[in-house]
Amino acid sequence: MSPAATGTITYREACRQAIRDALLADPQAFLMGEDVGRYGGCYAVTKGLLDEFGEDRIRDTPLSESAFVGAGIGAALAGLHPIVEIMTVNFSLLALDQIVNNAATIPHMSGGQFAVPLVIRIATGGGRRVAAQHSHSLEGWYAHIPGLRVLAPAVVEDARYMLAAALADPNPVLIFEHVMLYNMEGALDPSVNAVDIARAKIRRAGSNVSLIAYGNGLIKALAAAELLSAEGIAAEVVDLRVLRPLDTATILASVAKTRRVVIVDEGWKSGSLSAEIGVRIAEEGFFDLDAPLRRVCGREVPMPYAAHLEDAALPQPADIAAAARGLVRPGRT
Amino acid sequence: MTETEIRHMIADILGNIVPEADLSTVSDEEDLREALDIDSMDFLNFVVALHLRAGIDIPEIDYPRLRTLKGAIAYVQQAPTKAK
Amino acid sequence: MADFRMPALGADMEAGTLVEWLVKPGDRVKRGDVIAVVETQKGAIEVEVFDEGVVSDIVVPVKTKVPVGTVLARIGGEAAAPAKAAMPPTPVPVAPPRPPAAPPPPAPARLGAKVTPAARRRATELGIDLATLAGTGIDGSVTLADVEAAAIARPPAKAAPLPAEKPRRLGFDPAEMRKAIAAAMARSKREIPHYYLSDTIDLGAALAWLESHNAAQPVPQRMLPAALLLKASALALREMPQLNGTYVDGAFHPGGGIHAGWAISLRGGGLVAPAIRDADQRPLPELMAAMRDLVQRARSGRLRSSELESPTVTVTSLGDRGADAIAAIIYPPQVAIIGFGSIRVRPWVVEGRIEPRSLVTASLAADHRVSDGHLGALLLNAIGRLLQEPAKL
Repeated sequence: MSPAATGTITYREACRQAIRDALLADPQAFLMGEDVGRYGGCYAVTKGLLDEFGEDRIRDTPLSESAFVGAGIGAALAGLHPIVEIMTVNFSLLALDQIVNNAATIPHMSGGQFAVPLVIRIATGGGRRVAAQHSHSLEGWYAHIPGLRVLAPAVVEDARYMLAAALADPNPVLIFEHVMLYNMEGALDPSVNAVDIARAKIRRAGSNVSLIAYGNGLIKALAAAELLSAEGIAAEVVDLRVLRPLDTATILASVAKTRRVVIVDEGWKSGSLSAEIGVRIAEEGFFDLDAPLRRVCGREVPMPYAAHLEDAALPQPADIAAAARGLVRPGRT
Repeated sequence: MTETEIRHMIADILGNIVPEADLSTVSDEEDLREALDIDSMDFLNFVVALHLRAGIDIPEIDYPRLRTLKGAIAYVQQAPTKAK
Repeated sequence: MADFRMPALGADMEAGTLVEWLVKPGDRVKRGDVIAVVETQKGAIEVEVFDEGVVSDIVVPVKTKVPVGTVLARIGGEAAAPAKAAMPPTPVPVAPPRPPAAPPPPAPARLGAKVTPAARRRATELGIDLATLAGTGIDGSVTLADVEAAAIARPPAKAAPLPAEKPRRLGFDPAEMRKAIAAAMARSKREIPHYYLSDTIDLGAALAWLESHNAAQPVPQRMLPAALLLKASALALREMPQLNGTYVDGAFHPGGGIHAGWAISLRGGGLVAPAIRDADQRPLPELMAAMRDLVQRARSGRLRSSELESPTVTVTSLGDRGADAIAAIIYPPQVAIIGFGSIRVRPWVVEGRIEPRSLVTASLAADHRVSDGHLGALLLNAIGRLLQEPAKL
């Protein structure tokens, strides 16, 4: 039923294989969350795992994020390696106290005596016409918290291999899976069987402008780069991959090369991750800049339900291309 | 100037214009432009240097007489030297 | 403290080999001094310095190949004060943005003028006065490209007479040059959609004027027809600025001065096109002297770095031992090349009668992304028109 481990697979299948690998490789690992077992996951990522691994290791939970994230933290403290799934980032707010006040602080407050090797997978982002309580991009908030590592796989390779690296980390790791990516297909390089969870990555090289993005924003930035390429503008696309701690060195190296920057962030602009990236460039890459910084972010409204309004509220390739064009060729947009 | 001195001077001038040239392979009667692959700009540089080094005036109409080694030597020998 | 860096001697150069230092630590240098010799695919080039001061540090030893932009030496010390009284030195250096590279002090600019950080840093490196620049960036800001265009357009430093020395061809490798030409021409044919035009020009008036001019001049002041052709081309380009400049990053950048690359063929193969700055503004005798000097140094001596900074257009003349006409290839990233065939006496119809006339075929190859054939034709017409009144050139 599942495609070969190499070749082209969907992002969803890459996530599923990552979880399955983790459960096979590590008897301490288990998965829990709402509807992950019998239903096979809200986004069908965990289909079939209950049959294969049983109820002890694939646990359906009550609808209480605070309870099951807290249980995950406890299990991690006790030596297990829990993978907790939260259906959407909006619901994760119910577990905010557990994540911020417990998971992120216990290793610190115990002087390193207690590790919290917890991984929380959270679906995020808009585009699926599920309105303002299921569509936001709040991962930037978590990127604010010391003690957490925050990942945003945007390609199937990262979806496939980031989980193993996250489980190996003794500290809590949050993995944000953008809901629009689950159906995306991509090729896996058979020579790769692990990825780092520390560095950003140049997904497309270019010399005229840097498009800095993550998650589904990366896919849109790559589409924008394609549009720009037809106009003779060579855009470099930087995939952040890791939202905390930010890989500032890779960002600055790209800025030093292109001297122009567009930051793409589906989250709202005010107080966002895009703001953090922009200021780091201003602080450490100021003398390399040959144009003002630009951002293409989500509109500052609760996510609309109507399709045309939702599309308008999200960064689109044309918006990104227009911002880049305005930097490279001022006065001729 | 003796003929030998003139010959040395011309060789020196041409050496500055065409450093890779081997003048020993150029016969006295050969057209220098063909033999040394020099164009009008090189030739003008040759005439200018000849004018400055030998202290002689060379009207444009006389340029064709300088196209061979033999012609150039003869031209310098018979030209009235200007006051230094 | 200023850095003396490996210059980009042409748009296609990536690295060069330092072959000779003409200064040592402690030597005082001034703008325009030749202080090093660099071996490139174009042969050995004398590199000039753009700063004043004392050589404090030789960073790169001879026989070392380094990428363009590498610091070769540091110029510093007490003599670094700018010569222009209008540029007060900035007393407080700004805080370092990130160690270890200390930031240059900001270059002065007009009050309120917008200058991008990268442009400001580059202007300081190049010694460009920002107050003289017009910005093409966002909100009229001065960008890196504006500063670099100004550096190219900057009037040449007063040419110090070179020490008399035996010319040599140190570091000239015909195979390397052939590679460089191959790369540039292949890129041109691959990327630039050329269009070609040619026009026959009656040089009767120009040659008659030249003959009488030369008859009255001592030998060193005499001119060749090539000087008239170059000057007429430069003046015509002034009327057609879309043909003078570069096409970079998908956009045309006007030349900011007509810096004509004069194509010089080298014996035994090879070609260089050193720039004659502001060719349109130079009187004919000065232009002729510059061409004569360039030809001699290109073929037997060494060119200087300032002459190899990218020209904004190329002009080539096949000379008296050439052919009727040339369909030339544009030197990227320039957008046009003007060519002249050999001047030949041919039958020509004048007022209904066939007469022998001295004619030259002028041709233009231009980048269709930037201009169209009509404009190109106007350029050739203008060159022809200007050559009918040689005394005004």
